[in-house]
Amino acid sequence: MKLLYGALALLLPVCAQTTLIRNATIYTVSHGTFKGSILVRGGKIVEVGEKVLPPPDAQIIDATGQYVIPGIIDCHTHIAVDGNVNETSVSVSSMVNIADVLDPEDPSIYRALAGGVTTANVLHGSANAIGGQTVVVKLRWGKSAREMLFEGATPGIKFALGENPKRRGNPPESDGAPARYPATRMGIEDTIREAFNQAKAYKAEWDDYHAAVERGRPPLPPRKDLKLEALKEVLEGKRYVHVHCYRADEILMILRLADEYGFKVRTLQHALEGYKVAKEIAAHGAGASTFSDWWSYKVEAFDAIPYNAAVMHKKGVLVSLNSDDAELMRHLNTEAAKVMKYGGLTENEALAMVTLNPARQLGIENRVGSIDVGKDADFVIYDQPPLSNFAKVQKVLIDGRTYFDRDQDLITRRAKDLEKQKLLEKEKEGGD
Amino acid sequence: MAIRGAAVWAFGALAAAVSAASADSFLLRNVDVYPVTSPPLKSASILVLNGKIAEIGAKIPAAKDIRVIDGKGLRAYPGLIDSGTELGLSEISDVRATVDTAELGVFMPQLRALVAVNPESEHFGVVRANGITAAVTFPALGEEHRTEHQIISGQAAVIHTDGWTWEEMEVKRAAALHLVFPALPRGQPRGFAEAKKTYSRQIQELAEFFAEARRYGAARAAGGAGFRPDRKLEALLPALEGKLPVAVTAEREPEIRAAIQFADEQKVRMILLEPRELGKTAAELKARHIPVVLGRTLELPLDEDAPYDSSFTLPAEAWRAGLTIAFGTFDNEFVRDLPYNAAAAAAYGLPYEEALKAMTINPARIWGVADQMGSIEKGKWADLMLVTGDPLETPTQVKALYIKGKAVDLNNRQTRLYEKYLNRP
Repeated sequence: MKLLYGALALLLPVCAQTTLIRNATIYTVSHGTFKGSILVRGGKIVEVGEKVLPPPDAQIIDATGQYVIPGIIDCHTHIAVDGNVNETSVSVSSMVNIADVLDPEDPSIYRALAGGVTTANVLHGSANAIGGQTVVVKLRWGKSAREMLFEGATPGIKFALGENPKRRGNPPESDGAPARYPATRMGIEDTIREAFNQAKAYKAEWDDYHAAVERGRPPLPPRKDLKLEALKEVLEGKRYVHVHCYRADEILMILRLADEYGFKVRTLQHALEGYKVAKEIAAHGAGASTFSDWWSYKVEAFDAIPYNAAVMHKKGVLVSLNSDDAELMRHLNTEAAKVMKYGGLTENEALAMVTLNPARQLGIENRVGSIDVGKDADFVIYDQPPLSNFAKVQKVLIDGRTYFDRDQDLITRRAKDLEKQKLLEKEKEGGD
Repeated sequence: MAIRGAAVWAFGALAAAVSAASADSFLLRNVDVYPVTSPPLKSASILVLNGKIAEIGAKIPAAKDIRVIDGKGLRAYPGLIDSGTELGLSEISDVRATVDTAELGVFMPQLRALVAVNPESEHFGVVRANGITAAVTFPALGEEHRTEHQIISGQAAVIHTDGWTWEEMEVKRAAALHLVFPALPRGQPRGFAEAKKTYSRQIQELAEFFAEARRYGAARAAGGAGFRPDRKLEALLPALEGKLPVAVTAEREPEIRAAIQFADEQKVRMILLEPRELGKTAAELKARHIPVVLGRTLELPLDEDAPYDSSFTLPAEAWRAGLTIAFGTFDNEFVRDLPYNAAAAAAYGLPYEEALKAMTINPARIWGVADQMGSIEKGKWADLMLVTGDPLETPTQVKALYIKGKAVDLNNRQTRLYEKYLNRP
């Protein structure tokens, strides 16, 4: 079936060098909403305004009566990961990397794209106190895993607190598996602390070595440790820390631990009780990426409130809304509308939570997240206002190229269906 | 005081007006009325007496001692009905001690969801805040806690989402018998033969269980000596007599077809629950007037190669086939998002009015309570929500909710935590 999706990508028109989207209602997110046009050249936005003259060579996308927003950015997903997202054998698995297992043929990519997502932070699961290395991708459907990587984006690492990383410490009796440390929130703190003690010592070895090289008397280099290498990068500020967390106590714990070891928590992921410690989160400078209204699926999600994003935002935290789910990922625009209902934020504040805010959390706001000159031409075009439950995605552009087109999809799905029928017939004829 | 706090601050004037007189009688004025079963009325009045709708009209004079509520700027809709929940029976889905769905046993028609409804469940307050006034609560919907091969899980009940006890919440204690149709084996090349055997055995057991109930019914009618009552078989009789519908969970076309065939053979009234595809069965359902309770529109396609929007277009497909449809969310966590699932269906081809009906009058008819709820009509319970705009759009706020004419508290665990921590110094 994946072949069929590949064929679809080939059928999409290859964009011209210069494209003009005109007569649209444009939600820039950074500087207001107005009716106008966007000129794209070489995959970048070169002009945005109420009046933009079309260059003679421009391909025109007439968006009369339609609505354009910046491509949606999902700060937390597990799509496009080949196989299991959890390396459950150890509590510190910082040596594993999502980049090694990216699957560019996962149909979830196309579905998310059809929901307006253009950029995503792909993470491991939450089975380990310190999980694996994460990557930021653009949903360039039809391209290779390497070509999906967001060029120059700072890589990250996933940490996890609370019930999920504890789970292997409390295996059900029927399971028969030996318990894996830690089994409590105390043990999770201890595990992370121990890992950073090792990382600090490891960093010191390398610092000494580099100093010696500088002095012109190089000794043998220290042995490379892939597990500690990623944590050394955290200490050096070269790798972002994304922490899966729910409860206020564990949020405070990781902020204080980070303060002590001299690194920043880049984002708190989920942070369903973030509203209880918004002040402390803001003071540390961590972002928070949360669900709009999920709750009650486990004990640590019972104090989750749909006002979480609004409270944290009002108290100075940089907040985004994420999906963590291949289905939710397809309608992050209407998830964003929930912060208007619960907490009374504005339409623009709501939209920012799935565009500009996650871009800033991932350190890619110079490239994406708003419709501004110089940024990548990543857009979603809707037939209705983007926060309406009646809005349907019509087109999605990444780097100025159309990667999803609803009309094209409706046409090509018939061809796909025919192809499938033929393959099924062939299979029947062939016997096995 | 039923209405208080920040959640209704803009509605303060109304709250102040709610006092004196009987709690479930009032005259609501200056409100745009959307009865669902008839065209909307601009700036009209609704008279509620003893919890029931007594009159709807452009102008209704206020009797001397009637409480008058000004609904200026608001719309009145019938309260929403979710046709697939475990409300009151499941609190924290991950913690078995808080979950009372999915009893042990394969054929358990005697079990009643109603008697296990916990009125103090935090979910009730949360779903009321978004206009849900009634729900069908099932003895087992989710896969999580279901014992292997459970086929009849018990009796679903229609309940109001407010009340001091489950008796007060009860609208209909036995709304349907819930049958999980055995799933045909698929996509399992290795264990296929084994799975096929299991399926055949389950189908046989199911048919035998019904046959046994028929023999039991006949024996009871004959009243011979030696007749011994059996509660399980007894519980099946209303379904066999066509008095109690059988709500059948069946996801895919082959199971739906098999379920229809089974309902034909057993001559039971079927309601189809949570199908994920319809295909050619749509015509068969239509021919038999079998109503369909659709699950969440916002779901992933069932198969890898299905069109990306296949879940979004399923409600429109069902409606075009002429089926009577209602929506269920099939997960307590998402009950409050019921109107947004209806909206998504409307975005992808279901007429707007039909989307609204599928949360109001259609479920009332399907579950046999249309004489009591589902629309703003004379003689029905005053289950009303007053909202600031289109209830299918997320930013719309529910400003007041009435169940049997009584104003319901819109505060809940979540609004309390919100206020507490928003005001944290």
